[in-house]
Parts: sequence; C-alpha cells; structure tokens
Amino acid sequence: MTSYPTFEHDVLVIGAGGAGLRAAIEASGSGVSVGLICKSLLGKAHTVMAEGGMAAAMGNVDDRDNWKVHFTDTMRGGQYVNNWRMAELHAKEAPDRVRELEAWGAVFDRTKDGKILQRNFGGHRYPRLAHVGDRTGLELIRTLQDHGIHQGIEVYMEVTVVSLLKDGDRVVGCLAYEREHGRFRVFKCKALVLATGGVGRAFKITSNSWEGTGDGHALAYDAGAELIDMEFVQFHPTGMVWPPSVRGILVTEGVRGEGGILTNSEGKRFMFDDIPDNYKDQTADTEEEGWRYVTGDKNARRPPELLTRDHVARCIMREVKAGRGSPHGGVFLDIAWIKEKIQNAPEHIKKKLPSMYHQFKQLANLDITTTPMEVGPTTHYIMGGIRVDSDTQASTVPGLFAAGECAAGINGANRLGGNSLSDLIVFGKRAGEYAAKFAQENAAGSINPSEVEEKAKAALAPFEREGGENPYTIQHDLQEMMQDLVGIVRVEDEMKQALDGLDALKKRATNAFAPGNIDFNPGWHTALDLHNLLTVSEAIARAAIERKESRGGQYRDDYPAKDPEYAKFNFSLKKADDGSMQIAKIPIPEMPAELKQIVEEMG
Amino acid sequence: MAKATFSIRRGGREMAEMVDYTTDVTEGMVVLDAVHQIQAESAGDLACRWNCKAGKCGSCSAEINGMPKLMCMTRLDTIDITQPVTIEPMRAFPPVKDLITDVSWNYEVKKRIKKFKPRKPDADDGTWRMQQEDIDRVQEFRKCIECFLCQDVCHVLRDHEKHQEFIGPRFLVYTAALEMHPLDTENRTEDLKELFGIGYCNITKCCTKVCPEGITITDNAIIPLKERVVDEHYDPLKKLIKLFRKK
Repeated sequence: MTSYPTFEHDVLVIGAGGAGLRAAIEASGSGVSVGLICKSLLGKAHTVMAEGGMAAAMGNVDDRDNWKVHFTDTMRGGQYVNNWRMAELHAKEAPDRVRELEAWGAVFDRTKDGKILQRNFGGHRYPRLAHVGDRTGLELIRTLQDHGIHQGIEVYMEVTVVSLLKDGDRVVGCLAYEREHGRFRVFKCKALVLATGGVGRAFKITSNSWEGTGDGHALAYDAGAELIDMEFVQFHPTGMVWPPSVRGILVTEGVRGEGGILTNSEGKRFMFDDIPDNYKDQTADTEEEGWRYVTGDKNARRPPELLTRDHVARCIMREVKAGRGSPHGGVFLDIAWIKEKIQNAPEHIKKKLPSMYHQFKQLANLDITTTPMEVGPTTHYIMGGIRVDSDTQASTVPGLFAAGECAAGINGANRLGGNSLSDLIVFGKRAGEYAAKFAQENAAGSINPSEVEEKAKAALAPFEREGGENPYTIQHDLQEMMQDLVGIVRVEDEMKQALDGLDALKKRATNAFAPGNIDFNPGWHTALDLHNLLTVSEAIARAAIERKESRGGQYRDDYPAKDPEYAKFNFSLKKADDGSMQIAKIPIPEMPAELKQIVEEMG
Repeated sequence: MAKATFSIRRGGREMAEMVDYTTDVTEGMVVLDAVHQIQAESAGDLACRWNCKAGKCGSCSAEINGMPKLMCMTRLDTIDITQPVTIEPMRAFPPVKDLITDVSWNYEVKKRIKKFKPRKPDADDGTWRMQQEDIDRVQEFRKCIECFLCQDVCHVLRDHEKHQEFIGPRFLVYTAALEMHPLDTENRTEDLKELFGIGYCNITKCCTKVCPEGITITDNAIIPLKERVVDEHYDPLKKLIKLFRKK
C-alpha cells in the first residue's frame, strides 16, 4: 500500500476566500493548530471579485439604521424562508466584524466626519454598505490575508481536495493533491471547515471563476451532510453581455447605487412598470424622487433599479423577450446620464466606480462616463448549500463545519447585495470558533488507509482512459444544458429533461480522459471537477422541481405565483444508502415573538 | 472565421520549447480566451493560472510578445495577430510548467514585513476617524492585485537576481501602504535600508509602466520611502542630535 505524506492539524479549513480566512484566523486565535487549503494561490479566491461592499448596520450615514432594520431587510429579501436566527446573528454582529477589519488595516472610504462611509444597495433600506470604491472584496481578502500570515496558520496553496475522510460518522480529514507535482496528500484533523464558495460554473453564463465548481457542496454531500435551498440560485441582473468573450462578467450593483438607471431600446426606465406589492411603500414614485434618494435625501424612497436582484433580473429578461432589448440581448445600464444632474460627472464616476470604468474601457472599448453599458443576467451566487446550525455552523455530520457561500440559511430565497461579504466574516468567525472548540473537546480520529488508497486510485482513473472523452467538452455541455433547462425561467418538463441529461453526462464523465502527465494538469482537474458540478446540478434540478411555486431566485413559468404553503419549509437533499439523491421537507421553526414583532414594526 | 497562431511555452522546470497553436478569433477576445480555447481544443494539459478574468485577481500574468501583461486584459485587437503571438511565463521567477512560475518567494517576502500596528482608537466605541484626503494615497497602493508583473520587470530581480537582498516594487508599495497608513505606529525604515534593499532601486520606473492597476509605484511609493530612509539615516542635523542623545 502506498503511503502518502500526511499533515496534521486540529482544525483544517478548506477554502481561502473571506470565510475560510476568517475561520482560520479565529481558530488559530483560540490556540489550536490550523491548516488552510487554497485551490489557487493565496489571495486569489473569488472574494477578490466582490465589488459593491459589505452590509453592516453601523448607521454612519443614516442614523435611523440598526440591526433590526437590517434583519428585516434580509428576511424580506429572502422571502421569509431564511434561517431567521442566522439573519438575526448576521445583522447584530456584522458591524463589529467590519470594525475589526479596520483594526487589522483595512482602509474603507470615509464620511465627511471621518467614519466608515456606507452606500446604497438593492433591498437595503438605508445606505449600509461599507466599501472601498468598487473593489471591496479585494480590500477584504487582502486585509484578512495580511493579518492571517502573522497568525501561525499553515497555508497550503494550489491544493485540491478530492474527498473527505471519515472515522465512523465523523469527518477526520481529507485526501487532496498538490497541483504542482500532482501528488496526493493526506490531511488529518479533529474538525474541518468547508469554505469553498459557489457553483456558478455549472452554468454557461456566470460571473464565477473556474473555481466555483461546488466542491464543498459535493464533498459534504458525499460525506453524508444535508444540502438545503439548492433551488435558489441568484442570477445577478447586471453582467456584461458584449463582447462575447466577457459575457457574464459582473457589473456591480454599486452602479445603480450611485444613480445608474436601467433603460430599454425605447429609452424607457422599465423598472417603474413592475414594483412588487411588498416593496411599494419603500419605492420611489417618480424618477425625481429616485434621484433624490441616491443623493442622500432621507425623505426620498429608493428607485426601482434598487429592488432585489431576483426581481430586477426577471424584469430585464422580460424586456429582452418582448423585443425591447439592447443590440446584443441585454438592456442598457446608464450612469453617464448623471451629468445632467451634477457638474463633474465623469470624475465622480471614475472615483466611485474605478474598476467598472477600467473594465469596460479595456474589455469592451466603452467609456461608461459617456455611453450606457449593455447588461443582462448572469449566474452569480447560490443561496443553497450545506445545512448548518445557526450559531455554530456545524453541519449535520460531526466534525464538519461550513461557512460562506457553500453554507446555507441566512439568505433564504434571495440574497441581498452586500450581505455576502458580511456573511463571510460573521459566520467565518463563528465556524472557526466552534470548529476550534470541537477540536479541543474531541480526540483525533483515525484514517483508514485502504479508503485513502481506493480514493486515490479513483482520482487517477482519468489518465488511464486513453481514447476517452475530452473533459472540457463534457463540462461545456453540462453548462449549456443547465443554462437552458434549469436557468432563470424554469418549467417542470425541461427540468425533468435536465435530470435525464445529467444521467447521460454522469456516464460520459466516467469516461473522461486526461491527456499529459500528472504535473499541474488542468485537464485532469477538469475531469475531477465534473463529479462536483454534476452533484450540485442534480441537487439544483431536484429541489427546483419540487418547489412548485415562484419565490426569490426560483422562478417557475408553470407556477408563477408565490404559494404560502412553501413558506413553511426548506427542501433538503441527502445521499441515500443506495447512492441516490433523496429530497425531504424540513419545517421552518416558528420565529420567536420578539423577532416577529420587529418584522411587523419595521413593515 | 479569422484565425490566429499562438506560440506558447510548453515544458517543465528545465526543458521547454515554443509550440504553435492556431485557433479561431472572435470579436473582443483576449489572450486568455485564446489560451482557454487551445486548452479545450488541442492541449488539455496546458497549464496556466487564472481566476477572475476581469483584471481583479492578478493570476494570469505572462509575457505576451515579450511584454509583461495580464492575459485576461489583453485584447487581441490591441496586438499584431498577423504574426504568431508569443506567450511565455514571467521570467523573474523559476518556471514550473508551461505558463506557470514559482511565485512562492513573494509570499515569503511579505511575511518579513512588520505587520500593521494601529494607534489607540480615537473614539470610545473603539473606532477611528480618518479623512478621505488622508487615505487617498494608501488606497492607491491597496489597489494592488499582486500580479507580480512589477517584480517580473524589475531589473534588480529579473537581470541581477537580487531576490535575497531586495524585496522588489510590489513589497515596497506594500511597505509604503503600511508606512503611510494614518493609523499605523510601526517603523519600517530601518528594515527598508538594511533588509529590504531599497537602495538597489534606481528609479527606472519600469514597474510603474507595467502596473495593470496604474499605481504610480516609483513616484508615489518608492521615492517617498527612499526619502524617509535618507531623512532618518543621513540627515546631518538628526545625526548630531542622535549623537548627543546617546551621551
């Protein structure tokens, strides 16, 4: 039997974006030994792409803001299928987590009186997003990285996890390989935190990088954990649509927060045409009121461009379908128009949205200070993920914790912009804290060498399938199918067709061939990623079929209305003994009286 | 459909050759798209780093027709594609495979720089006050995406291989961001002179030219740091005062 180099830590964190780094820092601070595995180089995780900001009710810009309003906004945005306890903890703790970043060296934009500046964003009643221009994610990840490297955390870069390892019911480590030489590594730990991010690469048009392949979702699922809310995928309303090579790249909601408007080919601000009932009271009646809101008038209500992402994405789809779209199948997002309102508009735009200016100038040859952008929906985020305990982030499998995008609960059916970065630091911290506690209270488990051997052998199989299929082609076909059949607008027949399609793709994946040698081989990696992508795709399709209503990120053309029955539970997916995917309803516990009262008071 | 040929370095740590690949060109395509197409069509094991594909993560640094650039931000219509386009890894770091280099030295360097040490909070609630104009400069430095193109092009590292004695433009910018942070109380000028080799920089500004974030590395970061070192170590008046203080 081959023996592989083994690394041992009390707490092992998989994923080095905002949540993973924050978890590692917290665990390390409580005195346990911590290993941190990155799929890419440190500091390159998908968090780096987050633009607009992190939501925290600090009340620096509007003192009417507090955790109760933030909590209510989050629940309303999530259409009340959120884990209310997580929404409560998040709203209460986000301000402290943001201030802590400042103590670690983050340099946020400032208010006139020298405090952390906060900006408007979709679904947030008051200006709430702490930010640095439109590169807040970079600031977050760099701050955590630069703080973390002095905390005694062992960082393993460019290491890919193949499988979790268990001792009985409990997770005790993982099998991974380092990409540079393609060699296997065994990681042994007392507690393991998954912070692997999202699943965007299951779709053709996405803002996600190559890393977003649902690794943590699939690793946890294969280890026996439950996934919930997988039907809720967020299609961000504004991705680039032209030129083709950049289709899907994100255009921050901050553009609309700074006064950007959405128009169709007739020049009409179509968002005024369709304002959902539960947001009518909070939304501006006129364009003039909307402008007053984005320029800080406390008596004005927000423009309809700042409605929740699920709604804005659907309105854009409707305009395109009705033939009122832009030349390349999107709509127009116009920030240049503010020159009618303010004097030094071009400079103002470049100052507030520097990376958007840069991105369009370089990639689309377009100057956003003079010309409207073309935008359309792009797969951005998954609300669903590993089912965790609200306070400890423990999954349903002992020793396994999860935080960030790969965990579920806080966002319900739709995430508000800005709530992700704050989710990462609030629940990253909690995951690190409770994983460390678990590690201190439990002895090390043991790893079964024959299980390791078997899994390593399976991972090498793609090299032996000479004449097998190109893994890139399989991935491409999966992305096309998910985009077409389980995308923004869903119907039962198409999704059932997708399940059949997934069966066929699974068979093809077992014949994926990786050419070349084992050193840093992206073809091999793509072949291994297929299992994760197929697992999450199946989970999304199965849950979406079962939820026979439209709510948040899930829009069913065959069930276009919201059904109050479906507000009573979340769908969970679990691997059955025979390997099939089992779906179950998990009742949502009743909200305690004091939270109910807050929701009512805040309207 | 239009086609273009890309001559890409293939090989490992020691042996490598330039291999030509021809692929379709579509409107708005960037060099990284071409590399991905080649991967999917004919070279599944072609190794390159990338993440965001939008100039925000700094992973896909390479030398395109000899110029250090991000592959994701280099549009094909900005370079001559009538001739084969060469794509090579950064030369200031040891090659690993194809377009991948070993950049671990950068991560080791960063650990040696003293971490941020804030002054006591300004307000009772533990928060600080800073004016926007006092942080504009630091924010410019913090735009850095750690693509290491400035390190790649710096002749002290690239040609003279002074990796042991000189931390390179990236980490001078990093040090400058800490030194000019309004809240920071640490002093790193001694280290700049003794350990980080700031004197090696002779201000050729190559780093500034290649920075994809447009950070004015030399003028705004390195020169002010050099001045601090000079002020602290070579100011005759200060030297005199120090001399007396010692006694």
